Amino acid sequence: MPALLAGVGLAVAGELSGSRVAYGLAAAALVLGAISWRFVGRRYGSWGYAEREEDLLVRRGVMFARLSVVPYGRMQFIDVTAGPLERAFGLATVRLHTAAAATDARIPGLEREEAARLRDSLAELGEAQATGL
Amino acid sequence: MSTGTPEGWQRLHPLSPVVRGGRATIAIFILLIPIALGTDRFSNATPQLVITGVLVLGGLVSWLVTRWRIEDDDLRIETGLLRRQSLRFPLAQVQAIDVVRPGLARVFRVAELRLRMAGASGATARLAYVAEHEVEPLRSQLLALARGARHDEADLEPTGEPERPAAEEHVVATVQTGKLVASIVLENWWLVVILAGLLAGFAASPHTVSRALRGVGFVWVLSMATFIWRRFNQQYRLTVAEGPDGLHLRGGLVALTAEVIRPGRVQAVRLVEPFLWRPLGWCRVEVDVAGRQRRKGEGEAQRGQLRTLVPVASRALGVELIDRLVPDRPRELSPPPRRVFWKSPLRYRALSWGRTETCVATTSGRLRRVVSWVPLEKVQSLRHVQGPLQRRLRLASVHVDTAGRAVHATLRDRDAAEAASALAELTDLARAARRRPALT
Repeated sequence: MPALLAGVGLAVAGELSGSRVAYGLAAAALVLGAISWRFVGRRYGSWGYAEREEDLLVRRGVMFARLSVVPYGRMQFIDVTAGPLERAFGLATVRLHTAAAATDARIPGLEREEAARLRDSLAELGEAQATGL
Repeated sequence: MSTGTPEGWQRLHPLSPVVRGGRATIAIFILLIPIALGTDRFSNATPQLVITGVLVLGGLVSWLVTRWRIEDDDLRIETGLLRRQSLRFPLAQVQAIDVVRPGLARVFRVAELRLRMAGASGATARLAYVAEHEVEPLRSQLLALARGARHDEADLEPTGEPERPAAEEHVVATVQTGKLVASIVLENWWLVVILAGLLAGFAASPHTVSRALRGVGFVWVLSMATFIWRRFNQQYRLTVAEGPDGLHLRGGLVALTAEVIRPGRVQAVRLVEPFLWRPLGWCRVEVDVAGRQRRKGEGEAQRGQLRTLVPVASRALGVELIDRLVPDRPRELSPPPRRVFWKSPLRYRALSWGRTETCVATTSGRLRRVVSWVPLEKVQSLRHVQGPLQRRLRLASVHVDTAGRAVHATLRDRDAAEAASALAELTDLARAARRRPALT
């Protein structure tokens, strides 16, 4: 997306200044944008989560495929964050934290209602199955 | 502590600010020496006297406003004059209670009690300082309370005569000084080489070397020296003993520490064999207890470092200790498939893993061999990761995350199918292990 914008911007700049370099850069940015579009699509396709009976599965990544298993009983707290861009599209990111710093369970790009529902159901399940350290 | 106030509040030892000041106290004394000796005229000494006065007053006030007491199952500490803080530490969450005696504290016969708490934000409750003869009873009382609070034993009387664990413990291992020195030198042999090189250079052309040292080199040498000193100071004559309430560690050269590691609070165990130790058959046993990498109120030395159980021991002794900590550990570890050679040519011989119903073990490190054991009931989450190169070779890794600080057991570079089944298996086993009633 930024590459696309940069491409258009550079093309306009090239039009105005008539420099060849700007055109070249614009073309490069457009090609890059097109390629990254595909990657974004694939990455989007890799995101996923599944609520199982006793644990949550979170999957993400194309190059480095990650699959995390987080038992509900081990969750310490749940974050729901929404950056400015996410807010503009009505999205939110849910992140789970356990006592282990390395736990990396992040579910990006959820609809806001879905994020709220997930948060509440996870909190409930976590409370029901909580275990000590 | 000796000064009781109404409602059971207690104060710390009156000398606490002096000891807490540490080096500053010594500096003040040095400042005062010329005045006391009368070599300085009084008018010249006014600034010194004012500074000293302010510091003494500050110390006195901080002592006056700090008080603590045991409330039911909590330890309450109140402190601060302007910014009043009331800290509550639930004793049920105590991981370990350490007794620390820095050099100055030993001079004044006081000691610090440190309560390590669990939880991600785990703070450390510090009672600094308490008179030496009151430390042991207080610690036993707190430990008994911590145990009682966990088991909800109503019949446990908190004020009763606490048991003395010191009487019934038996010593498992003591570190010999010579061995400790040798082990530190052998583990940090490159440091020794550099230092020797520096000395040789100094002999050859003092000018260049000293110029280099004045810059970054000096800071580096100093930090390395403190690192080694700290380790030596901590691990000097370290004794491991087995008591009814866990493993007792005692030792130290200038600063004496004594701590208890309660069974069931150990998140992971690690056996480390640095390269040059291996011909000698030495090893080090480290345990990981709950807590994040960096915690407030902890000394620099403990940051990101594991609790060393035995700094250096023979392999047989190390294995014996590990048998105590993880009784049901896997005996046979399986190596990864041969094609891992293409991904990690140096490491692949050292990689392996194994599991039993309650424990997972992994090994790594070609030169510095590390074996890690994680009890499955301590597993926080599991991660299955596959990088681009691993995908090419049909490999994958499974990470076992614990609440510890540094041990991350990783089933590195396993066959993809094996990793997937291991993930499912470990998930089920960890669930079963959590369900099982805790051992303590």
